[in-house]
Amino acid sequence: MKFAVIVFPGSNCDDDMFYAVKEGLNVEVEKVWYSEESVADFDAILLPGGFSYGDYLRTGAIARFAPVMASVMEEAKKGKPVLGVCNGFQILLEAGLLPGAMQRNKNLKFICRPAELIVENNETGFTDKYEKGECISVPIAHGEGSYFCDEKTLSQLQANNQIVFTYRDNVNGSVADIAGITNKEGNVLGMMPHPERAAADVLGSADGLKLFQSILNHWRESNVLTS
Amino acid sequence: MSLLLEPSPEQIKEEKIYQEMGLSDQEFERVGTILGRLPNYTETGLFSVMWSEHCSYKSSKSLLKKFPTKGDKVLQGPGEGAGIIDIGDEQAVVFKIESHNSPSAIEPYQGAATGVGGILRDVFSMGARPIALLNSLRFGELDSPRVRYLFEEVVAGIAGYGNCIGVPTVGGEVQFDPCYEKNPLVNAMCVGLIDHKDIKKGQASGVGNTVIYVGPSTGRDGIHGATFSSEALSEASESKRPAVQVGDPYMEKLVMEACLEIVQSDALVGIQDMGAAGLTSSSAEMASKAGFGIEMDLDTVPQRETGMSPYEMMLSESQERMLLVVKKGREHEIKAICDKWGVGFAEIGQVTEEKNLRLLHKGKVVADVPADALAEDAPVYQLPSEEPHYFADNQQQEHYVYEVADAKATLLELLQQPTIASKEWVYDQYDYMVQTNTVVHPGSDAAVVRIRGKNKALAMTTDCNSRYIYLDPETGGKIAVAEAARNIVCSGGAPLGLTDCLNFGSPENPEIYWQLEKSTDGMSVACRELNTPVIGGNVSLYNESGAGAVYPTPVVGMVGLIEDLAHVTTQSFKKAGDAIYVIGEAKPEFGGSELQKLRKGDISGKPPVIDLNEEKERQTQLLEAIQTGLVSSAHDIAEGGFAVAAAESLVGTKLGATLTITGDTAVELFSETQSRFLVSVPAANETTFEKLIPDARKVGNVTEDQSLVITDSTREVILQADVSEVERAWRGAIPCLLK
Amino acid sequence: MVKVQVYVTLKEGVLDPQGSAVKNALHTMDYHEVKSVQTGKFIELEMEQTDNLDARIKEMCEKLLSNPVIEDYTYTIGEVVSK
Repeated sequence: MKFAVIVFPGSNCDDDMFYAVKEGLNVEVEKVWYSEESVADFDAILLPGGFSYGDYLRTGAIARFAPVMASVMEEAKKGKPVLGVCNGFQILLEAGLLPGAMQRNKNLKFICRPAELIVENNETGFTDKYEKGECISVPIAHGEGSYFCDEKTLSQLQANNQIVFTYRDNVNGSVADIAGITNKEGNVLGMMPHPERAAADVLGSADGLKLFQSILNHWRESNVLTS
Repeated sequence: MSLLLEPSPEQIKEEKIYQEMGLSDQEFERVGTILGRLPNYTETGLFSVMWSEHCSYKSSKSLLKKFPTKGDKVLQGPGEGAGIIDIGDEQAVVFKIESHNSPSAIEPYQGAATGVGGILRDVFSMGARPIALLNSLRFGELDSPRVRYLFEEVVAGIAGYGNCIGVPTVGGEVQFDPCYEKNPLVNAMCVGLIDHKDIKKGQASGVGNTVIYVGPSTGRDGIHGATFSSEALSEASESKRPAVQVGDPYMEKLVMEACLEIVQSDALVGIQDMGAAGLTSSSAEMASKAGFGIEMDLDTVPQRETGMSPYEMMLSESQERMLLVVKKGREHEIKAICDKWGVGFAEIGQVTEEKNLRLLHKGKVVADVPADALAEDAPVYQLPSEEPHYFADNQQQEHYVYEVADAKATLLELLQQPTIASKEWVYDQYDYMVQTNTVVHPGSDAAVVRIRGKNKALAMTTDCNSRYIYLDPETGGKIAVAEAARNIVCSGGAPLGLTDCLNFGSPENPEIYWQLEKSTDGMSVACRELNTPVIGGNVSLYNESGAGAVYPTPVVGMVGLIEDLAHVTTQSFKKAGDAIYVIGEAKPEFGGSELQKLRKGDISGKPPVIDLNEEKERQTQLLEAIQTGLVSSAHDIAEGGFAVAAAESLVGTKLGATLTITGDTAVELFSETQSRFLVSVPAANETTFEKLIPDARKVGNVTEDQSLVITDSTREVILQADVSEVERAWRGAIPCLLK
Repeated sequence: MVKVQVYVTLKEGVLDPQGSAVKNALHTMDYHEVKSVQTGKFIELEMEQTDNLDARIKEMCEKLLSNPVIEDYTYTIGEVVSK
């Protein structure tokens, strides 16, 4: 299996994501520059955190138009797993691959700390190694992580079981404590907390590693089935 | 156009315009002697910035020479962007601390942000990847709205820059004292990692090689306030001239990535950041260090505004710019890297045989001065020094022991002093985890950052108790170095070396100069004793206002090597049943202490004494105990004394402690006697630990029930508090003061 | 050339924490007559006059300059005054 980590100008968690996959899963992973035309050769696409284009205008607003994004959107439609973390989530929202929008944290400050998340849905290709209702520790680090959507969208998210992670203590003011959601099909996940920062015990938590392992497992299962 | 409006050399002399730029009469005369003629306006500007204290260290140089700067592992001492120390495996650590005090007093957000930007450039200009940021901040008391504003904005500025560029802000210190009310101190430190083969220097060598400008274009930002009296010259020259530099961390991220790619190329000869005094200092220093000259055509300098004069271009402090020297004929290789990262690139000059800095503008030579005269040969002053009366008065005071009727109330009050209280409110705003190497988060004695791919780590800290230094600069200077080393040792590291940032009032005041002299004496002695060479630093003088000078504040930024990740130790107690030890005896020492400040409202008397031999011995023993795996936790007993250290070791652990003291309650609990540690040790290791550290005295145990109980030798309870209560007081203090 | 001034504001009903912070600050400064504060963005474009100017501006606003999920926009078109 081969992972792509997309690098936009201003991405700064690209290395972290790269090493989480490389050291945590020991599978192939490559950084893909934002100006590349295609990510079709990869089996999973990771959009890392950071401040793409300096967060200027709106978080993710400019990166969403980077050349590589057309191919990311195409592969997402084909059903490939796409994970956006933090700024990656913001880009997925701006790109319309996920519903809703991001606003500044309710205290108007950047917040960096370990956060406790509840796994609301463990029946996705990103979370099947977790228990439903499991409480995991994954750090957050963002200034604009207050997830917003209107009531209609929220009820759709709930009805389709798209809310994957919620905060145990909602520090940023997100609607319905939302920390991570998938698209309707379940192959695109956006989340503000950083699983790549919780991929080794020495960093304080390895709870995030299961997310990457789930992606790998899922790929192995579906590849065994098709071959 | 603007050239015509500038005063003539004769006018500069007769109207003493050079004084407004910061040159003294003697200095101006010296410039004339060097040139053999009167300097023109641009040249006067070059000398005035290069001979400023900030660039030349003219009044502190003779004192800085006292610092030990060499050592087996020192690969680069003071003089380059940052110092370098070998850490084995063909790798080295690069670090430096720098002040951004006055910009932060004027515009706290941008002042602090650009301070971070500048120190990052100092480190990556050496070819190193920045792996951590720290800071050392001083403010007035938080009951003033202006101070609260400065504090909140400085923190936001540091966060805004560091978080965006993706370098974790892993540690630091914040202290509050009335003397900083008008003059906050904002010192930023950066630590980088480099492979020996990649070490680059800021040198412009090789005649004919090309001088290259990398980064965004130059505007009129930060040109030193003392410009010519514009009214007399023209209305047109009175264009908007914002003095505050604005930082763009996104641009710096791109410039940094481009530069780190460029340093891998052997087409690069030298590289330096355009920091203070921008294009002037970078070009003059690079030429002077290499023993060559530089000629630049200013028309080729990328300009953000129209009609910029040579003076403005040379003195602009626009941010995120770098100056490179590249082998002739290979410029396109560097350009390709800049293009990839979307970073500005311009060929603006070449290295010359003649050792001058020569500037051309619109086809004319607008400046032609010896590079050495600007850089290496700046004047050096020996200033008069005089012991202030307050010192003798304080030395005569006997140690005073405070009455502590209610130990619990006193502890809770101390924990709520903003200097002691939890700084979570601050570091929650810093991304301290990006790069996924932060092993010990902010809040412990030192931050610990692992080295990826190796089983080792770096411990880092910033320290300075300026109250001690004010009371007795020499002793206080020793303590600053010793405490930094103590923090490194408590984290499981061996101190490697330090960088210093000397924040003082005006050196022209003999009493301030005396503080500078004595504190650097003390620091030098401690550096020798503890084997921590000074590999670079920064001097910030004139931190004073009508209300007086700041306390002498020579901040120490220290880095240590943790040889094995298994040695990483924090201050938090780990397990119920562990024995708790104190290394060192408490003496009645309250001069400059938190308890004194709390009770008296100010400080006086003698600070704690320090015996550097004892310090060294205990540090060596404790480090050995940690490396042998005997220790569960280690914490330096500092501000607030033993009781505060015990409380800090308990917060967040869901554990408790039962402790017994003998002797006077106030002394045992709250004295700030130096060279002491609070250590917890698994029961099985007690005997070995005691044998290794003879000065260690068992004072109690870690317990399961979440309370802190302190009894005297008769088993009478002196203090009993729920840890949750202790934690609330400590965590809640700063947010509460800011409301 | 025309000068286009775009104002981006939060949609009604979307929480504006910045706006409430500013309002609270004004109240503590004794400006009690302030009843509501809404923050937003101001973007100024200098662009060539084209036949389908309005359509082009609207497209830019909807695609990039604002986020239709949470933001509304308005704009004005004026002449570029040469300096």
